[in-house]
Amino acid sequence: MSEPTSRITLEVNGRDVTADVPSRTLLVEFLRDNLGLTGTHVGCDTSQCGACTVHLDGIAIKSCTIFAVQAQDATVTTIEGLDPAADHPLQRSFQRCHALQCGFCTPGMIMAAASLLATDPTVGAAEVRGALEGNLCRCTGYQPIIAAVLEAGKELAG
Amino acid sequence: MLRFGVNVGAKFGIGQAVRRAEDRRFVAGSGRYVGDIVLPGMAHAVVVYSQHAHGMIRSIDTSRASAMPGVIAVLTGADAVADGIGGLPPYFMPADSGGPPGYRTIRPILVADRVRCIGDRIAVVIAESERQARDAAAAIDVDIAPLPAVVSPDAAAAPGAPLVWDDCPGNACFTLAFGDVAATEAAFARAAHVVALTIHNNRISANSIEPRCAVGCFDPATAGFVLHTSSQNPHGVRKVLAQSVLHVPENDIRVISPDVGGGFGMKADAYPEDAIVLWAARRLGRPVKWVGTRSEALMGDNHGRDQTADAALALDEHGRALGLRLTARHALGAYVASATVAPITFAMRMLPGVYDIPAVAVRTTATFTNCSPTGPYRGAGRPEACFALERLMDMAARAIGIDRVDIRRRNLISADQMPYTTAVGVTYDSGDFGAMMDRCLSLADWSGFPERQRQTEAKGWLRGRAVTSYLESAGVFNDRMELRFDPEGNVTILAGTHSHGQGHATVFPQLIHEWLGLPYDKIKYIQGDTDKVAFGRGTYAARSSMLAGTALHAAAQDAIAKGRTMAAQLLDADIDDIMFADGQYSVGQGNRTIGFADVVKAFYRPIGVPGGLSLGLTTIGTAGGQSPNFPNGAHVCEVEVDPATGAIHIDRYVVVDDVGRILNPMICEGQIVGGIAQGLGQALLEAIVYDPDSGQLLSGSFSDYGMPRPDTMPLHIESELAEIPCKTNVLGVKGVGESGTIAAPPTLVNAVLDALWPLGVTDIAMPLTPARVWTAIDQASKRGAA
Ligand code: FES
Ligand code: FES
Repeated sequence: MSEPTSRITLEVNGRDVTADVPSRTLLVEFLRDNLGLTGTHVGCDTSQCGACTVHLDGIAIKSCTIFAVQAQDATVTTIEGLDPAADHPLQRSFQRCHALQCGFCTPGMIMAAASLLATDPTVGAAEVRGALEGNLCRCTGYQPIIAAVLEAGKELAG
Repeated sequence: MLRFGVNVGAKFGIGQAVRRAEDRRFVAGSGRYVGDIVLPGMAHAVVVYSQHAHGMIRSIDTSRASAMPGVIAVLTGADAVADGIGGLPPYFMPADSGGPPGYRTIRPILVADRVRCIGDRIAVVIAESERQARDAAAAIDVDIAPLPAVVSPDAAAAPGAPLVWDDCPGNACFTLAFGDVAATEAAFARAAHVVALTIHNNRISANSIEPRCAVGCFDPATAGFVLHTSSQNPHGVRKVLAQSVLHVPENDIRVISPDVGGGFGMKADAYPEDAIVLWAARRLGRPVKWVGTRSEALMGDNHGRDQTADAALALDEHGRALGLRLTARHALGAYVASATVAPITFAMRMLPGVYDIPAVAVRTTATFTNCSPTGPYRGAGRPEACFALERLMDMAARAIGIDRVDIRRRNLISADQMPYTTAVGVTYDSGDFGAMMDRCLSLADWSGFPERQRQTEAKGWLRGRAVTSYLESAGVFNDRMELRFDPEGNVTILAGTHSHGQGHATVFPQLIHEWLGLPYDKIKYIQGDTDKVAFGRGTYAARSSMLAGTALHAAAQDAIAKGRTMAAQLLDADIDDIMFADGQYSVGQGNRTIGFADVVKAFYRPIGVPGGLSLGLTTIGTAGGQSPNFPNGAHVCEVEVDPATGAIHIDRYVVVDDVGRILNPMICEGQIVGGIAQGLGQALLEAIVYDPDSGQLLSGSFSDYGMPRPDTMPLHIESELAEIPCKTNVLGVKGVGESGTIAAPPTLVNAVLDALWPLGVTDIAMPLTPARVWTAIDQASKRGAA
């Protein structure tokens, strides 16, 4: 029995993509395996770590929770596409605040935070904690991550 | 010398908060982890794990799986035996350093006969895609006749308990004892006060956010293996796989550990999957990749802690400790794995820790259970020791009726007792434990507690606090660092250690910049490849600052010495007149000078290297054999507890750490704060739970295993560093990687028990989930009413 496949067309990091994939391919698998965008990570199998966070039509989602076919006609942004020079205020503030150690959670954290700050760059610490509740980091204890998000928010708010 | 706060010096030199060189690729999403590797012709492996805690395999039916789409091979333990594949031994046993013989196990990479824990590896499917391999793995029928299982060290030690290994009576693998039993009994006999308690250090999982993964390759032309694996210790993995599993020379295997997404001790071991991908790659003639899932990680990674201890402290009428007695059962799981002997030993040898206790008798029995093996996990035995001591100190203060700060002041080893040798024979070189505590108390506004307590009580909650001290022992084994200079006068550091979050690519160049005066941004750093790095022992147990730092210092000194010979030639001067300072050689104090980089270039002249010196410049430094260093410090925690729900709110957390000479304060604080979060995780949330009857794993996913999250951690951990240079290493450094994890559990637990003390709650087993806190309050109030 051969596996059912589907044709999908979507935009990823500003590029139009069309591909035939097994219908049960998760969006994160499509990004990593088909497009080689390995900045999006997989840290769990129950949608609880946030390492796979990307933007779907501008909103942060866990790309392990949807099938690639569900992104049909959508616009997807991954960490590789967040800023052409990898110079988003969050990418700078994470470095300044030592908000990463092993770096494995970092792309997901930054994508989750970028979506939050795009909605409201003036959010306070409590909202940042709440918004990142679905993103796990084992290295930093979160404190410098919260600080980095607040700093980037200040910069974005001008 | 004691200094709080941070150094100022050259911009990229020692003591500077230099931003991390490794971060740019990580924030851009261009880190390269093992899971990102794709090789031509690569096949995918999925492993079948035992779903029984204990039992005999009656049959493994692979016929359905083998016929499924994309399946290339299905391998079982019988195939491994037929191919002469060996199993995984522990890295070492007590007997290897003169201890008792113990029961040494070999863990099969695929079990053929008797499974001994949930997560024992039984079969592997290799297919064209991971999805196909997973489908086929689910179609393998494994028939296991269950045997009774035992999952806690206490139950395993009880008479008549099921045996994990039939010829290991009582499931007792080995017993280690330290101290003086007679002197300790005498101390207890004359004590005015004795306090005693039984504690359990919960079994927890490292849960690096990157699960383990491995890619194996085999080149038939050279008979060479290449293993890409997410390891903290690539040379250690190579040795085990070569000697014990594949039976090939070590130099037939190249192990590469590129970016590794956290390890915490768990990734220091060689795992069955590392062996499976190499063996399968040789059989199939194709690269084979295995990427673990989180559920497989929770089930199959080595766990940490799982120690039960009966501890007692004898004190005189003034609250001076006279004697300490502790008897522990430390779970091994089903196999003696990895360096698990280390945490079991440190849990004893780090008693009596920071306290001046004249008589000590401690004893631990390493006990087999039908669980995944335990191994080193951040802290590795020091947290167990610290937990016992700090719980006992609080208990003793209450029993005697003295202040919890006072009892510590009366018992802490003082700075003028240094060097100090403990009753179990460990010698500390330096430290001022009282000064750390005093500073921490003042930063935390300890004296302002009563007012805060009134405010908390006004809203119907309870407030409690605790102060603790910890001691760490850092710097095991030896290590090696290499400086490879090139024709342009630049240098590459080849490290025997392995950074997987610790920032070595930043800190080691800081050292070389300071010592050799070469531009910071031109210093290159390589690690984690056994073909590039001649030898090393990896990173764990807070060892790298001292061992790699000392080895790097030796390599730098050798480079300066070799350069001096060259400089004498180039400056046409007597070698004894050549001085080196700030990256320049000079003749005496005069103005005939030459920079270090130019001296290096002269080693690469195409003909006629000056003075007949040999072509090129490479220097090697090694370190080892000296005493470990003893990082130490104090923690203060203040909590609010809602008696209606059992919820704990951490109001403040303050920590002062003596880290010896500070190399990079930003990275030190990152290590400390991250470590505290892991320690608080153990205290508040985390537990690997097996059902006591069936041995089933009940905490098999992130839905059941409580991880610290942004909203469960304290709003702000205040960290201050103190510099009391270590006297036994040339840099004066003390380790920093495990410190936070050691003291956080007793600090949190003591603070919560302080809050609940008025209600009659005297103990709650970790993790202090709201349910457990609420139940403890409820039971105490029922006792009070009865
Ligand atoms: S991989 Fe998507 S939430 Fe963990
Ligand atoms: S930096 Fe390692 S998991 Fe967050």
